Amino acid sequence: MGNQFDTNELTAVLLDENSRVTLRELCQACALTAEQVTALMDEGVVEAQQVSGTLYFSGVCVRKVHRMVRLEQDLGVNHAGAALALELLEEIEQLRARIRRLERH
Amino acid sequence: MEYRDYYKILGVERSAAQDEIKRAYRKLARKYHPDVSKEDAAEERFKEVNEAYEVLKDPEKRAAYDQLGSSWNSGQDFRPPPNWDQGFEFHGGGYTEADPAAFSDFFESLFGRGGFSRGSFHGGGQRFHAQGENTHARIAIDIEDSYAGSKRQITLKHSELGPNGRPVVKERKLNITIPKGVTEGQQIRLAGQGEPGMGDGKPGDLYLEIVFNPHPRFSVEGTTVYLNLPVSPWEAALGEKVPVQTPSGTVNLTLPPNSKSGGKLRLKGRGLPAKEPGDLYVVLDIVTPPADTEQEREAYRNFRDSFRFDPRTGAS
Repeated sequence: MGNQFDTNELTAVLLDENSRVTLRELCQACALTAEQVTALMDEGVVEAQQVSGTLYFSGVCVRKVHRMVRLEQDLGVNHAGAALALELLEEIEQLRARIRRLERH
Repeated sequence: MEYRDYYKILGVERSAAQDEIKRAYRKLARKYHPDVSKEDAAEERFKEVNEAYEVLKDPEKRAAYDQLGSSWNSGQDFRPPPNWDQGFEFHGGGYTEADPAAFSDFFESLFGRGGFSRGSFHGGGQRFHAQGENTHARIAIDIEDSYAGSKRQITLKHSELGPNGRPVVKERKLNITIPKGVTEGQQIRLAGQGEPGMGDGKPGDLYLEIVFNPHPRFSVEGTTVYLNLPVSPWEAALGEKVPVQTPSGTVNLTLPPNSKSGGKLRLKGRGLPAKEPGDLYVVLDIVTPPADTEQEREAYRNFRDSFRFDPRTGAS
Protein backbone atom coordinates (compact mmCIF):
# COMPACT_ATOMS: atom_id res chain seq x y z
CA MET A 1 0.00 0.00 0.00
CA GLY A 2 2.07 2.92 -1.23
CA ASN A 3 5.01 2.04 0.99
CA GLN A 4 7.44 3.64 -1.39
CA PHE A 5 6.07 7.05 -0.44
CA ASP A 6 6.34 6.58 3.28
CA THR A 7 9.31 8.78 3.98
CA ASN A 8 8.12 11.60 1.77
CA GLU A 9 6.18 14.58 2.92
CA LEU A 10 2.60 14.24 1.76
CA THR A 11 0.29 17.10 1.10
CA ALA A 12 -3.27 16.54 2.12
CA VAL A 13 -6.14 18.19 0.28
CA LEU A 14 -8.87 19.53 2.51
CA LEU A 15 -12.35 18.49 1.37
CA ASP A 16 -14.35 21.36 2.86
CA GLU A 17 -17.28 23.41 1.55
CA ASN A 18 -14.96 25.51 -0.59
CA SER A 19 -13.31 22.60 -2.36
CA ARG A 20 -14.69 20.89 -5.44
CA VAL A 21 -14.63 17.32 -6.66
CA THR A 22 -15.74 16.11 -10.08
CA LEU A 23 -18.44 13.50 -10.62
CA ARG A 24 -15.68 11.08 -11.58
CA GLU A 25 -13.76 11.73 -8.36
CA LEU A 26 -16.88 11.35 -6.25
CA CYS A 27 -17.73 8.06 -7.97
CA GLN A 28 -14.22 6.73 -7.42
CA ALA A 29 -14.04 7.87 -3.82
CA CYS A 30 -17.26 6.09 -2.90
CA ALA A 31 -17.09 3.19 -5.40
CA LEU A 32 -20.34 4.21 -7.07
CA THR A 33 -21.45 4.49 -10.65
CA ALA A 34 -22.52 7.82 -12.13
CA GLU A 35 -26.11 6.49 -12.18
CA GLN A 36 -25.98 5.79 -8.46
CA VAL A 37 -24.71 9.30 -7.76
CA THR A 38 -27.48 10.70 -9.96
CA ALA A 39 -30.00 8.79 -7.85
CA LEU A 40 -28.58 10.52 -4.76
CA MET A 41 -28.94 13.88 -6.51
CA ASP A 42 -32.59 13.06 -7.21
CA GLU A 43 -33.01 12.30 -3.51
CA GLY A 44 -31.69 15.77 -2.73
CA VAL A 45 -28.72 14.40 -0.79
CA VAL A 46 -26.03 16.04 -2.89
CA GLU A 47 -26.16 18.97 -5.25
CA ALA A 48 -24.00 19.45 -8.30
CA GLN A 49 -22.89 22.48 -10.23
CA GLN A 50 -22.29 22.28 -13.92
CA VAL A 51 -19.28 24.21 -15.18
CA SER A 52 -18.61 23.99 -18.91
CA GLY A 53 -20.06 20.51 -19.22
CA THR A 54 -18.46 19.01 -16.10
CA LEU A 55 -20.39 18.23 -12.94
CA TYR A 56 -18.80 19.47 -9.73
CA PHE A 57 -19.69 18.69 -6.14
CA SER A 58 -18.63 20.27 -2.89
CA GLY A 59 -15.78 18.39 -1.19
CA VAL A 60 -17.96 17.61 1.83
CA CYS A 61 -20.13 15.40 -0.42
CA VAL A 62 -17.44 12.71 -0.37
CA ARG A 63 -17.89 11.98 3.31
CA LYS A 64 -21.65 12.37 3.10
CA VAL A 65 -22.07 9.95 0.20
CA HIS A 66 -19.56 7.50 1.63
CA ARG A 67 -21.40 7.39 4.94
CA MET A 68 -24.68 6.90 3.11
CA VAL A 69 -23.29 3.99 1.15
CA ARG A 70 -22.07 2.35 4.35
CA LEU A 71 -25.39 2.86 6.13
CA GLU A 72 -27.28 1.42 3.18
CA GLN A 73 -25.01 -1.60 2.85
CA ASP A 74 -24.69 -2.37 6.54
CA LEU A 75 -28.17 -1.58 7.80
CA GLY A 76 -30.29 -2.39 4.76
CA VAL A 77 -31.92 1.06 4.60
CA ASN A 78 -32.84 2.81 1.37
CA HIS A 79 -31.69 6.22 0.09
CA ALA A 80 -34.41 8.09 1.93
CA GLY A 81 -33.73 6.27 5.19
CA ALA A 82 -29.97 6.78 4.96
CA ALA A 83 -30.46 10.45 4.09
CA LEU A 84 -32.71 10.92 7.10
CA ALA A 85 -30.23 9.07 9.34
CA LEU A 86 -27.41 11.31 8.10
CA GLU A 87 -29.30 14.51 8.80
CA LEU A 88 -30.16 13.31 12.29
CA LEU A 89 -26.58 12.19 12.89
CA GLU A 90 -25.26 15.59 11.87
CA GLU A 91 -27.66 17.24 14.29
CA ILE A 92 -26.63 14.85 17.06
CA GLU A 93 -22.97 15.61 16.42
CA GLN A 94 -23.63 19.34 16.77
CA LEU A 95 -25.62 18.80 19.95
CA ARG A 96 -22.93 16.54 21.40
CA ALA A 97 -20.27 19.19 20.72
CA ARG A 98 -22.44 21.76 22.46
CA ILE A 99 -23.06 19.49 25.46
CA ARG A 100 -19.34 18.79 25.78
CA ARG A 101 -18.71 22.52 25.91
CA LEU A 102 -21.52 23.34 28.32
CA GLU A 103 -20.68 20.52 30.69
CA ARG A 104 -17.39 22.18 31.50
CA HIS A 105 -19.07 24.91 33.50
CA MET B 1 -7.49 -19.24 19.53
CA GLU B 2 -10.57 -18.35 21.48
CA TYR B 3 -14.00 -19.85 21.05
CA ARG B 4 -16.68 -17.33 20.06
CA ASP B 5 -20.24 -17.77 21.15
CA TYR B 6 -22.10 -16.34 18.17
CA TYR B 7 -25.50 -16.83 19.80
CA LYS B 8 -24.41 -14.87 22.85
CA ILE B 9 -22.97 -12.10 20.67
CA LEU B 10 -26.36 -11.66 18.99
CA GLY B 11 -28.19 -12.22 22.27
CA VAL B 12 -30.39 -15.04 20.99
CA GLU B 13 -31.12 -18.58 22.12
CA ARG B 14 -29.46 -21.46 20.33
CA SER B 15 -32.93 -22.48 19.20
CA ALA B 16 -33.72 -19.06 17.69
CA ALA B 17 -35.52 -19.02 14.34
CA GLN B 18 -33.80 -17.45 11.33
CA ASP B 19 -36.03 -14.37 11.34
CA GLU B 20 -35.35 -13.90 15.05
CA ILE B 21 -31.62 -13.93 14.33
CA LYS B 22 -32.09 -11.39 11.57
CA ARG B 23 -34.04 -9.08 13.87
CA ALA B 24 -31.42 -9.34 16.60
CA TYR B 25 -28.68 -8.63 14.07
CA ARG B 26 -30.44 -5.60 12.59
CA LYS B 27 -30.96 -4.11 16.03
CA LEU B 28 -27.33 -4.56 17.05
CA ALA B 29 -26.04 -3.39 13.66
CA ARG B 30 -27.96 -0.14 14.06
CA LYS B 31 -26.71 0.23 17.61
CA TYR B 32 -23.03 -0.37 16.93
CA HIS B 33 -22.63 0.91 13.38
CA PRO B 34 -19.42 2.98 13.46
CA ASP B 35 -21.15 5.84 11.64
CA VAL B 36 -23.92 5.92 14.20
CA SER B 37 -22.45 4.95 17.54
CA LYS B 38 -20.09 7.06 19.57
CA GLU B 39 -19.18 4.26 21.95
CA ASP B 40 -15.46 3.54 22.04
CA ALA B 41 -15.73 -0.14 21.33
CA ALA B 42 -18.48 0.26 18.72
CA GLU B 43 -16.34 -0.75 15.78
CA GLU B 44 -15.10 -3.88 17.53
CA ARG B 45 -18.63 -4.82 18.53
CA PHE B 46 -19.92 -4.13 15.02
CA LYS B 47 -17.34 -6.51 13.54
CA GLU B 48 -18.17 -9.15 16.11
CA VAL B 49 -21.90 -8.84 15.42
CA ASN B 50 -21.28 -9.10 11.67
CA GLU B 51 -19.12 -12.15 12.11
CA ALA B 52 -21.78 -13.81 14.24
CA TYR B 53 -24.49 -12.99 11.71
CA GLU B 54 -22.33 -14.19 8.83
CA VAL B 55 -22.40 -17.64 10.41
CA LEU B 56 -25.89 -17.76 11.89
CA LYS B 57 -27.76 -16.30 8.91
CA ASP B 58 -26.48 -19.08 6.71
CA PRO B 59 -28.19 -22.39 7.57
CA GLU B 60 -25.17 -24.35 6.32
CA LYS B 61 -22.66 -22.47 8.42
CA ARG B 62 -25.01 -22.40 11.38
CA ALA B 63 -25.48 -26.16 11.28
CA ALA B 64 -21.74 -26.67 11.09
CA TYR B 65 -21.17 -24.26 13.96
CA ASP B 66 -23.83 -26.01 16.02
CA GLN B 67 -21.91 -29.27 15.51
CA LEU B 68 -19.26 -27.91 17.86
CA GLY B 69 -21.77 -28.33 20.64
CA SER B 70 -22.98 -25.95 23.30
CA SER B 71 -20.45 -26.77 26.00
CA TRP B 72 -17.97 -24.12 24.91
CA ASN B 73 -17.67 -20.75 26.62
CA SER B 74 -16.71 -17.46 25.00
CA GLY B 75 -12.98 -16.88 25.20
CA GLN B 76 -12.22 -20.52 25.98
CA ASP B 77 -9.15 -21.88 24.22
CA PHE B 78 -10.41 -23.57 21.09
CA ARG B 79 -9.07 -26.09 18.59
CA PRO B 80 -11.40 -27.32 15.88
CA PRO B 81 -12.00 -31.06 16.27
CA PRO B 82 -10.42 -33.11 13.48
CA ASN B 83 -12.63 -33.30 10.41
CA TRP B 84 -15.23 -31.31 12.25
CA ASP B 85 -16.86 -30.02 9.08
CA GLN B 86 -16.99 -33.33 7.29
CA GLY B 87 -20.21 -33.74 5.46
CA PHE B 88 -20.86 -30.02 5.26
CA GLU B 89 -20.71 -28.32 1.96
CA PHE B 90 -20.37 -24.56 1.88
CA HIS B 91 -21.69 -22.65 -1.07
CA GLY B 92 -20.47 -19.32 -2.24
CA GLY B 93 -17.55 -17.41 -1.00
CA GLY B 94 -18.86 -16.38 2.37
CA TYR B 95 -18.21 -12.80 3.25
CA THR B 96 -17.69 -11.31 -0.15
CA GLU B 97 -18.15 -7.69 0.83
CA ALA B 98 -16.46 -7.77 4.22
CA ASP B 99 -12.83 -7.09 4.91
CA PRO B 100 -11.13 -10.50 5.03
CA ALA B 101 -9.03 -9.48 8.00
CA ALA B 102 -12.05 -8.25 9.92
CA PHE B 103 -13.13 -11.66 11.11
CA SER B 104 -11.49 -13.59 13.89
CA ASP B 105 -9.03 -16.48 13.69
CA PHE B 106 -11.84 -18.55 15.14
CA PHE B 107 -14.05 -17.79 12.14
CA GLU B 108 -11.19 -18.42 9.76
CA SER B 109 -10.34 -21.80 11.26
CA LEU B 110 -13.95 -22.90 10.77
CA PHE B 111 -14.92 -21.39 7.47
CA GLY B 112 -11.69 -20.35 5.77
CA ARG B 113 -11.30 -17.01 4.16
CA GLY B 114 -14.13 -17.21 1.68
CA GLY B 115 -13.79 -16.05 -1.87
CA PHE B 116 -10.82 -13.85 -1.23
CA SER B 117 -8.88 -13.87 -4.46
CA ARG B 118 -7.27 -10.55 -5.03
CA GLY B 119 -4.59 -10.53 -7.68
CA SER B 120 -6.15 -13.28 -9.73
CA PHE B 121 -6.42 -10.86 -12.63
CA HIS B 122 -2.72 -11.21 -13.34
CA GLY B 123 -1.56 -13.83 -15.77
CA GLY B 124 -3.46 -14.92 -18.81
CA GLY B 125 -3.10 -13.26 -22.16
CA GLN B 126 -4.64 -9.89 -21.54
CA ARG B 127 -3.32 -7.79 -18.69
CA PHE B 128 -5.91 -6.19 -16.52
CA HIS B 129 -5.52 -2.58 -15.54
CA ALA B 130 -7.55 -0.96 -12.84
CA GLN B 131 -7.19 1.90 -10.45
CA GLY B 132 -6.53 0.74 -6.91
CA GLU B 133 -9.25 1.01 -4.33
CA ASN B 134 -9.65 4.10 -2.22
CA THR B 135 -9.15 3.57 1.46
CA HIS B 136 -10.71 5.39 4.39
CA ALA B 137 -9.48 5.94 7.92
CA ARG B 138 -10.04 8.26 10.83
CA ILE B 139 -7.28 10.21 12.54
CA ALA B 140 -7.25 12.26 15.73
CA ILE B 141 -5.34 15.54 15.73
CA ASP B 142 -4.99 18.39 18.20
CA ILE B 143 -6.96 21.59 17.72
CA GLU B 144 -3.65 23.46 17.54
CA ASP B 145 -2.66 21.37 14.50
CA SER B 146 -5.55 22.88 12.56
CA TYR B 147 -4.43 26.43 13.47
CA ALA B 148 -0.84 25.87 12.48
CA GLY B 149 -1.40 23.51 9.54
CA SER B 150 1.32 21.46 11.18
CA LYS B 151 3.23 18.43 10.02
CA ARG B 152 2.26 15.21 11.69
CA GLN B 153 3.31 11.63 11.50
CA ILE B 154 0.36 9.28 11.50
CA THR B 155 0.28 5.53 11.84
CA LEU B 156 -2.27 3.51 9.90
CA LYS B 157 -3.05 -0.16 10.23
CA HIS B 158 -4.11 -2.27 7.30
CA SER B 159 -4.21 -5.93 6.39
CA GLU B 160 -2.04 -7.53 3.79
CA LEU B 161 -1.71 -11.10 2.59
CA GLY B 162 1.24 -12.70 4.33
CA PRO B 163 3.57 -15.30 2.74
CA ASN B 164 1.30 -18.14 3.86
CA GLY B 165 -1.73 -16.51 2.27
CA ARG B 166 -3.26 -15.40 5.57
CA PRO B 167 -3.98 -11.73 6.18
CA VAL B 168 -1.60 -10.05 8.58
CA VAL B 169 -2.01 -6.63 10.13
CA LYS B 170 0.69 -4.20 9.11
CA GLU B 171 1.45 -0.68 10.15
CA ARG B 172 2.68 2.14 8.00
CA LYS B 173 3.70 5.61 8.92
CA LEU B 174 2.91 8.65 6.83
CA ASN B 175 4.28 12.15 7.20
CA ILE B 176 1.49 14.52 6.31
CA THR B 177 0.86 18.22 6.46
CA ILE B 178 -2.49 18.88 8.07
CA PRO B 179 -4.33 21.50 6.00
CA LYS B 180 -4.88 24.70 7.92
CA GLY B 181 -8.41 25.17 9.20
CA VAL B 182 -9.52 21.55 9.04
CA THR B 183 -12.33 20.84 11.49
CA GLU B 184 -13.94 17.82 13.03
CA GLY B 185 -15.93 15.68 10.63
CA GLN B 186 -14.12 16.95 7.56
CA GLN B 187 -12.10 14.72 5.31
CA ILE B 188 -8.69 15.21 3.80
CA ARG B 189 -7.48 13.37 0.75
CA LEU B 190 -4.01 11.98 0.12
CA ALA B 191 -3.66 11.23 -3.56
CA GLY B 192 -2.18 7.86 -4.48
CA GLN B 193 -2.03 6.54 -0.91
CA GLY B 194 -4.86 4.01 -1.20
CA GLU B 195 -4.57 0.47 -2.49
CA PRO B 196 -2.09 -0.10 -5.32
CA GLY B 197 -3.58 -0.37 -8.79
CA MET B 198 -3.54 -3.50 -10.92
CA GLY B 199 -1.39 -3.61 -14.00
CA ASP B 200 -0.67 -0.05 -15.01
CA GLY B 201 -3.62 1.25 -12.99
CA LYS B 202 -3.00 4.16 -10.65
CA PRO B 203 -3.12 3.58 -6.91
CA GLY B 204 -6.28 4.69 -5.12
CA ASP B 205 -6.54 7.64 -2.77
CA LEU B 206 -6.52 7.67 1.00
CA TYR B 207 -9.33 9.57 2.71
CA LEU B 208 -8.80 10.59 6.31
CA GLU B 209 -11.65 11.77 8.49
CA ILE B 210 -10.60 14.25 11.14
CA VAL B 211 -11.54 14.13 14.79
CA PHE B 212 -10.05 16.38 17.46
CA ASN B 213 -8.39 15.03 20.57
CA PRO B 214 -10.32 16.24 23.59
CA HIS B 215 -8.72 19.37 24.99
CA PRO B 216 -9.05 20.46 28.62
CA ARG B 217 -9.81 24.10 27.73
CA PHE B 218 -10.73 24.38 24.05
CA SER B 219 -13.77 23.02 22.28
CA VAL B 220 -14.84 23.41 18.68
CA GLU B 221 -18.19 23.76 16.95
CA GLY B 222 -17.64 24.08 13.22
CA THR B 223 -15.06 26.84 12.88
CA THR B 224 -16.03 28.48 16.19
CA VAL B 225 -13.68 27.77 19.07
CA TYR B 226 -14.68 28.09 22.72
CA LEU B 227 -12.15 28.64 25.44
CA ASN B 228 -12.84 28.33 29.11
CA LEU B 229 -11.10 31.10 31.09
CA PRO B 230 -10.98 30.86 34.88
CA VAL B 231 -10.90 34.37 36.45
CA SER B 232 -10.92 35.62 40.02
CA PRO B 233 -13.92 37.63 41.32
CA TRP B 234 -11.86 40.85 41.47
CA GLU B 235 -10.51 40.41 37.93
CA ALA B 236 -14.08 40.06 36.71
CA ALA B 237 -15.50 42.89 38.85
CA LEU B 238 -12.74 45.40 38.26
CA GLY B 239 -12.27 44.55 34.60
CA GLU B 240 -8.62 43.66 34.82
CA LYS B 241 -6.28 42.62 32.08
CA VAL B 242 -5.64 38.87 32.04
CA PRO B 243 -3.38 36.74 29.84
CA VAL B 244 -5.30 34.20 27.75
CA GLN B 245 -3.63 31.25 26.08
CA THR B 246 -5.48 30.89 22.80
CA PRO B 247 -4.72 28.14 20.30
CA SER B 248 -2.87 30.74 18.22
CA GLY B 249 -0.81 32.22 21.05
CA THR B 250 -1.20 34.25 24.21
CA VAL B 251 -3.24 37.46 24.11
CA ASN B 252 -3.82 39.99 26.88
CA LEU B 253 -7.52 40.43 27.29
CA THR B 254 -9.08 43.32 29.20
CA LEU B 255 -12.27 42.13 30.80
CA PRO B 256 -15.26 44.46 30.82
CA PRO B 257 -15.91 45.62 34.42
CA ASN B 258 -18.60 43.60 36.24
CA SER B 259 -18.14 40.59 33.98
CA LYS B 260 -20.36 37.68 34.92
CA SER B 261 -19.53 34.00 35.14
CA GLY B 262 -20.51 32.29 31.90
CA GLY B 263 -20.17 35.56 30.02
CA LYS B 264 -18.71 35.25 26.52
CA LEU B 265 -16.13 37.56 25.02
CA ARG B 266 -15.69 37.31 21.28
CA LEU B 267 -12.29 37.50 19.63
CA LYS B 268 -13.20 37.94 15.99
CA GLY B 269 -11.40 35.77 13.49
CA ARG B 270 -9.40 33.88 16.12
CA GLY B 271 -11.35 30.64 15.66
CA LEU B 272 -10.26 28.04 13.14
CA PRO B 273 -8.51 29.65 10.17
CA ALA B 274 -10.91 28.85 7.33
CA LYS B 275 -11.61 30.93 4.22
CA GLU B 276 -13.94 32.83 6.50
CA PRO B 277 -12.10 32.37 9.80
CA GLY B 278 -14.23 31.38 12.76
CA ASP B 279 -14.47 33.39 15.98
CA LEU B 280 -12.98 32.54 19.32
CA TYR B 281 -15.27 32.86 22.33
CA VAL B 282 -13.68 33.25 25.73
CA VAL B 283 -16.15 31.91 28.28
CA LEU B 284 -15.55 33.36 31.74
CA ASP B 285 -15.55 31.05 34.71
CA ILE B 286 -15.36 33.01 37.97
CA VAL B 287 -13.54 30.93 40.55
CA THR B 288 -13.84 31.90 44.19
CA PRO B 289 -10.85 31.23 46.44
CA PRO B 290 -11.42 29.02 49.49
CA ALA B 291 -11.37 30.68 52.91
CA ASP B 292 -8.95 28.48 54.82
CA THR B 293 -7.08 30.87 57.07
CA GLU B 294 -8.42 33.40 59.55
CA GLN B 295 -7.13 36.22 57.34
CA GLU B 296 -9.03 34.84 54.36
CA ARG B 297 -12.20 34.40 56.37
CA GLU B 298 -11.88 37.99 57.52
CA ALA B 299 -11.59 39.11 53.92
CA TYR B 300 -14.85 37.32 53.11
CA ARG B 301 -16.51 38.95 56.14
CA ASN B 302 -15.41 42.32 54.81
CA PHE B 303 -16.91 41.32 51.50
CA ARG B 304 -20.20 40.50 53.14
CA ASP B 305 -20.29 43.75 55.07
CA SER B 306 -19.33 45.88 52.07
CA PHE B 307 -22.02 44.49 49.76
CA ARG B 308 -25.60 44.06 50.74
CA PHE B 309 -25.74 41.35 48.15
CA ASP B 310 -28.30 38.58 47.99
CA PRO B 311 -27.57 36.26 45.02
CA ARG B 312 -31.11 34.79 45.31
CA THR B 313 -32.78 38.10 44.57
CA GLY B 314 -29.83 39.77 42.86
CA ALA B 315 -30.29 42.77 45.17
CA SER B 316 -27.18 44.61 46.26
